[in-house]
Amino acid sequence: MTHIAFPLPDPSILSRRDAIVIGLQAILPNECVISSENERRAYETDALTAYRRMPLAVVLPRTTEEVSAVLKFCSQEGVKVVPRGAGTSLSGGAIPQEDAIVVGVSKMNRILEVDYANRLARVQTGVTNLSITDAVMPDGFFYAPDPSSQLACTIAGNIAMNSGGAHCLKYGVTINNVLGVRMVLIDGTIVDIGGDALDPAGLDLLGLVVGSEGQLGIVTEATVRLLRAAEGARPVLFGFDSSEDAGGCVAAVIGAGIVPVAMEFMDKPAIEICEAFAHAGYPLDVEAMLIIEVEGSETEMATQLGKIIDIAKAHGVRVVKESRSAMETAQIWKGRKSAFGATGRVADYICMDGTVPTSQLVRVLARTGEIVKSYGLRVANVFHAGDGNMHPLILYNVNDPAEQAKAEAAGNDILRLCVDAGGCLTGEHGVGIEKRDLMRHQFSEVDLHQQMRVRAVFDPDWLLNPAKVFPLEGRVQ
Amino acid sequence: MTLPVAAPASEQEAAEFVRDCAAGRKTLRIEGGGTRAGFGRPVEADAILSTRALTGVTLYEPAELVISARAGTPLSEIEVAIGANNQMLPFEPMDHRALYGSAGEPTIGAVAACGVSGPRRIQQGAARDHLLGVRLVNGRGEIVQSGGRVMKNVTGLDLVKLSCGAHGTLGLLSEVTFKLRPKAERTGTLAINGLDDARAIAALSAALGSPFEVSGAAHLPAGLIGANACTLLRIENFADSVAYRLGELAKPLERFGPSRRLEDMESLPLWRDIRDAAPLSSPRRDAIWRISVAPTRGPQVVASLQKSLSFRHFYDWGGGLVWVACAAIDDAGAAVIRAATKQFGGHATLVRAPDDLRALIDVFEPQASALMQIARGLKASFDPAGVFNPGRMYV
Repeated sequence: MTHIAFPLPDPSILSRRDAIVIGLQAILPNECVISSENERRAYETDALTAYRRMPLAVVLPRTTEEVSAVLKFCSQEGVKVVPRGAGTSLSGGAIPQEDAIVVGVSKMNRILEVDYANRLARVQTGVTNLSITDAVMPDGFFYAPDPSSQLACTIAGNIAMNSGGAHCLKYGVTINNVLGVRMVLIDGTIVDIGGDALDPAGLDLLGLVVGSEGQLGIVTEATVRLLRAAEGARPVLFGFDSSEDAGGCVAAVIGAGIVPVAMEFMDKPAIEICEAFAHAGYPLDVEAMLIIEVEGSETEMATQLGKIIDIAKAHGVRVVKESRSAMETAQIWKGRKSAFGATGRVADYICMDGTVPTSQLVRVLARTGEIVKSYGLRVANVFHAGDGNMHPLILYNVNDPAEQAKAEAAGNDILRLCVDAGGCLTGEHGVGIEKRDLMRHQFSEVDLHQQMRVRAVFDPDWLLNPAKVFPLEGRVQ
Repeated sequence: MTLPVAAPASEQEAAEFVRDCAAGRKTLRIEGGGTRAGFGRPVEADAILSTRALTGVTLYEPAELVISARAGTPLSEIEVAIGANNQMLPFEPMDHRALYGSAGEPTIGAVAACGVSGPRRIQQGAARDHLLGVRLVNGRGEIVQSGGRVMKNVTGLDLVKLSCGAHGTLGLLSEVTFKLRPKAERTGTLAINGLDDARAIAALSAALGSPFEVSGAAHLPAGLIGANACTLLRIENFADSVAYRLGELAKPLERFGPSRRLEDMESLPLWRDIRDAAPLSSPRRDAIWRISVAPTRGPQVVASLQKSLSFRHFYDWGGGLVWVACAAIDDAGAAVIRAATKQFGGHATLVRAPDDLRALIDVFEPQASALMQIARGLKASFDPAGVFNPGRMYV
């Protein structure tokens, strides 16, 4: 028995399952409607695998118009809808419920237009994050947000969660890199929000939609910004004897007026796990490591690195290791980006996503270690230090219910700690179901009610991804 | 007619006052420094709610690149504080005083409420990209907070971006938190003379597609500030990088004609004028439009307008922002301009015109009916009694 509650399935929907499936089959071709139990099983969870629920049915529309027809049908029938990208959410954002249908965007995976003169691309949202960069990299461009799951995750999911990544310290997160979306509202209405201009025509609805976790509509197309890649990029590994030194170095670099492209932190357990997996040449005899990446011409990178190395020396750095080739650079980032996967080979884990002011990093890190230890568990820390976005990985055994409960309790303690330190529950993974019941720790009743009234403007009957983000009790319309 | 002015000294006081107004069906026009009062539709209200007593920096952490201040804090005070640490508001907020001929001090709250950005928007992002958190008093007289002081925050619905550029129609911003950036060590500007609009925007596109992080890309057509057209590119970075990058940037631009580097004495006032639309500010009687499009369509919009409208114009944001000045007669060109935005995409805002014209014309681009319905729903969700800035935007 796990402790995050799901709403009780609506028996009147469950009993109409056959009719609902027939209704969906009347809208979509057979290959787009998944109803057999075996095939539905692939959709019963996401990357928060400790929780799973078998959906009523799964549909995979091929066009915006098909999504519109499905949502119109669901809204008329009062059927709940759980939108799904690639199902890589760490917060349970795509976990279904028994009385809901899953609407997946995976068949809408084309890049519709690449426009270098205007530095943008128009894509269907089932495309993976990395495939955009792959398509434009030969011409020297890239799409900036780079979540670790970028090989698999979709732009739809990135928009839902306002995903970030290692390089958003310089380039921003999803909202800073999306110009417009085509979205289907729950009643089937298709709206275009934003477009190819840089600022909104009226209210900034785009800023509201990005990060709304599939609660306002289903985004089927997006116009994203393309950036020209720098002349060169070089990550450098800095090994420290203590987390305090590494944290102090991060604050000092930013304080010195240098904003590197990325500043990533790993503690000893994370270094060991990632090095064993990726053989990236990480130093194994240090307590903490920073990966700091700089960009520009050879001379520019050397100059900037010189300044950073001086700061690191003042903070007692023991190992400084520059990437000397494109292959080494790839290895260094592979190690970092596979941190979650590599940890998964060692143990089950839950990944926290709290963000704190950078001045609080060292204290919160130390306290995180104490909290997890007090529950008799282990933690590996790997995170985006430049923007204070922490990712403690709490290791546990998923087959031991008592241990899972301890892991979740430790995670909740850590997130409350982040909020109390002036930060927030989630920096880039979203609230999903995972942090839903902690929302009252960060927000007052008044704050939550205002958010829920805004939500209800789009979805008055709470049909879209309803079990997520907001605590199940006390909802308003 | 002089309206009564309420200037609450605290958020709580403001909330109580708004509750009373909502209960008594009284409407309010929100006012900061009053320098942007001409922005949006004229507001007819029963009283003015001023932020002039809601002042002061409440948090400034230079090492975290973050500042919080009460809404009525003068922008100049913020700039002095962060300038002492060589930091800046990265989005280069426009100063509307040149355009409106207004006096007074712009406030940080109005920068957020009006979503004001300048030339650096193309590289660093807009005001909304740097607004990390807000506290606001909604039309129910409740104090709502959204966002916070950290760079990454996806907790709950983002009411911060929704408030940014809502022109006070959703609530009274009482406190705002912005992300800062270190000021660049050096600014460098490259100028090419004599290009027509289409060639100029092609040059700007080429530059913006280079790896050299152009932070300003504008084109001033012939006759605007001199006899020659002037195409401008700005780079801000460490001193050595600026020198190197200007040299590298000039190479692919050779096909557009010879370029020259401008001295700071010449270029810095020029960028400030571009930021403030100063080249179009007089004659004061002209109407001013701000047209947002995909950059390469900027010259197409202009060519289309030239068929039936007489106007002066210039481009910022690599061509994606077209400033237009035309006579404030009839509909001030609204029908022609909105036909062009319909054809080429994008949208147009009537930034300056006499009150009677702005009362008649849609100042902001009319929206599709489904979006209008959402805008009305959002307004009602924050301000059901319609207390704040009635009519300023859409509702």
